[in-house]
Amino acid sequence: MSTIVRSEPNLIARGSGRAYGDSAINPSATVETRHLNRMIRFDPSSGQLVAEAGVQLGDIISAFLPHGWFPLVTPGTRFVSLGGAIAADVHGKNHHNDGSFRNCVDWIDLMRQDGTIKRCSLDEDAELFDYTLGGMGLTGVIVRAAIRLRPVETAWIRQTTISTDNLANCMQVIEGAQNATYSVAWIDCLGQAANLGRALVMLGEHAEVSDLPLDMKAAPLQIKPKKMRSVPVYLPALTLNRYSLSAFNSLYYWIGSRKRGDRIVDWKSYFYPLDSIAGWNKIYGRKGFVQFQCVLPLESSESGLTALLAEIASAGTGSFLSVLKRFGKQSGAFSFPMEGYTLALDFPVNAKVFALLDRLDRITIEHGGRFYLAKDSRMRSETLHASDERIGDFQTMRESREFTAHFRSAQSERLEL
Amino acid sequence: MIKESVLILAARSDIGKAVAHEFASLGHPVQLAARNIETLEVDMSDISLRYSVPVTLHEFDALETETHASFVDALPELPEIAICAVGLMEPQDRTQEDIGAFTRVMRSNFEGPANIMAELANRFETRGSGTLVGISSVAGERGRASNYSYGSAKAGFTAFLSGLRNRMAKRGVHVVTVLPGFVETRMTEGMDLPARLTAQPSEVASGIARAVEKKRNVVYIRPIWRVIMFIIRSIPEFIFKKMSI
Repeated sequence: MSTIVRSEPNLIARGSGRAYGDSAINPSATVETRHLNRMIRFDPSSGQLVAEAGVQLGDIISAFLPHGWFPLVTPGTRFVSLGGAIAADVHGKNHHNDGSFRNCVDWIDLMRQDGTIKRCSLDEDAELFDYTLGGMGLTGVIVRAAIRLRPVETAWIRQTTISTDNLANCMQVIEGAQNATYSVAWIDCLGQAANLGRALVMLGEHAEVSDLPLDMKAAPLQIKPKKMRSVPVYLPALTLNRYSLSAFNSLYYWIGSRKRGDRIVDWKSYFYPLDSIAGWNKIYGRKGFVQFQCVLPLESSESGLTALLAEIASAGTGSFLSVLKRFGKQSGAFSFPMEGYTLALDFPVNAKVFALLDRLDRITIEHGGRFYLAKDSRMRSETLHASDERIGDFQTMRESREFTAHFRSAQSERLEL
Repeated sequence: MIKESVLILAARSDIGKAVAHEFASLGHPVQLAARNIETLEVDMSDISLRYSVPVTLHEFDALETETHASFVDALPELPEIAICAVGLMEPQDRTQEDIGAFTRVMRSNFEGPANIMAELANRFETRGSGTLVGISSVAGERGRASNYSYGSAKAGFTAFLSGLRNRMAKRGVHVVTVLPGFVETRMTEGMDLPARLTAQPSEVASGIARAVEKKRNVVYIRPIWRVIMFIIRSIPEFIFKKMSI
């Protein structure tokens, strides 16, 4: 790999290929780290795992959950690679308490443009460490990392579901649940007028052995493997329209409301509901879908979210999954999260959707928000530069270390990073 | 319950590694054997962390047949299952022009694997139990102009395994012959292989685990190969010799 890094004019590393856009594609050279997937060391006294960058989060869970360890932070898919999780500085449903993925990273080994490997951490080249976490692979190729896992007693999550009628109510519930380890809201983004922002808020805690029913107590860290469901073919585009989406959203909300209250659910269904359906993206048809995720500062969150949801509801080209999360404090030089609310949406690709997304971009900027690069595939350079005042520093750092010429992606070129 | 230990010969090969992961994931302790064994230290830690099974490393060179007996003696325990993934492919034209390349292919695909299997078989026979798995090739089922040096060495190995199975059948020792067909590995890198006929190393590995468990004799990893090879074997020689397949 070092030969490739040295000899290619410019390149980007690619982990599991789970980013939603072009952040791990470089037309001249893309280095796949999938085969760099070995776990090297685990220290049970501190929970520190040293592993190569291509190891998937799911592999870590399979290896260590039976011994009572779980990732400190996990995004909504377990098929993400360790290197990818670090490069995008992914967040989970616990950002308000535990921060983003960077908070579990002790050090990283980074391959530089001359093919040599440099270790960086808070103590060794802290600036490079800081920018690599969230730096979208634009500071070098992550080859190894040391991360800390969290101890858990069981493989189960105690989930509490609360249904809310509108956005204000939803945010109130989330604010009131700041002590919950995990919290996330699923929004019916086609709800209009009085229903605007109606949502199911799902709170979660790692269940303790004493929380489990008797028959599960014997093997609290085991769950039975479930059969993988899959979407066999691309659904024709006409199955997705405002009526079917509206029906789906209403149905989901209705089913969810009936499950109000406390339940014990397994870790897979709580953290990774879509991972159990192979090829779920096929429901969007052959043209696929685009993601949109922004974060709005706390003070303008309610007005910004109202404007975003109103725009989506009136466009009628809704999203299957609209997810609202509360972020805690900002950390990191170039990481996405900031204190406030983040809204994630996905839209089937059609004639109208790109114009709608441009309007959502504008609303986000007007409310002081910014965008998640791991989910972007279509933003304009001006939009990004208008949304994030940290970009100048990021560029200066990249130029001063001569990264700009070596580590580039289709996304970094499009966004002029 | 502690499962039987598994010895993997040529553990650095793609199939060897996949087999190690497969058996370790089923809870078997694994003994990894290869040349320059220190290069497998990271794989050793990876396999033991992933599956919580003991993993040991053993220096092994298939071509140094005179060391095979002492290699087996030095193992921490005589394995219950031994899987030989040793093999080498050289382009046919090179083996026609370079006697060194031809000899390497013969020794790597026949002499070395047969010798270590024989060594293990004798000890398994004395103990009265065990499974030997030899990875041979569909290329050994009929010689073709494009690949007959490799194919003839594999044909020899297939015949050797067949005879060994016959001899061991009454001794409590089982012998499995694996005919993988095309597999996407370093050996076939750069070749233009038909996707429907090409298996992944992990597929070969799970096929082997199943074959060991069910005491199969000769297994094709993808069933379609059984049909293909039946047809290829059935073509009369006077037609076959004019064909280029």
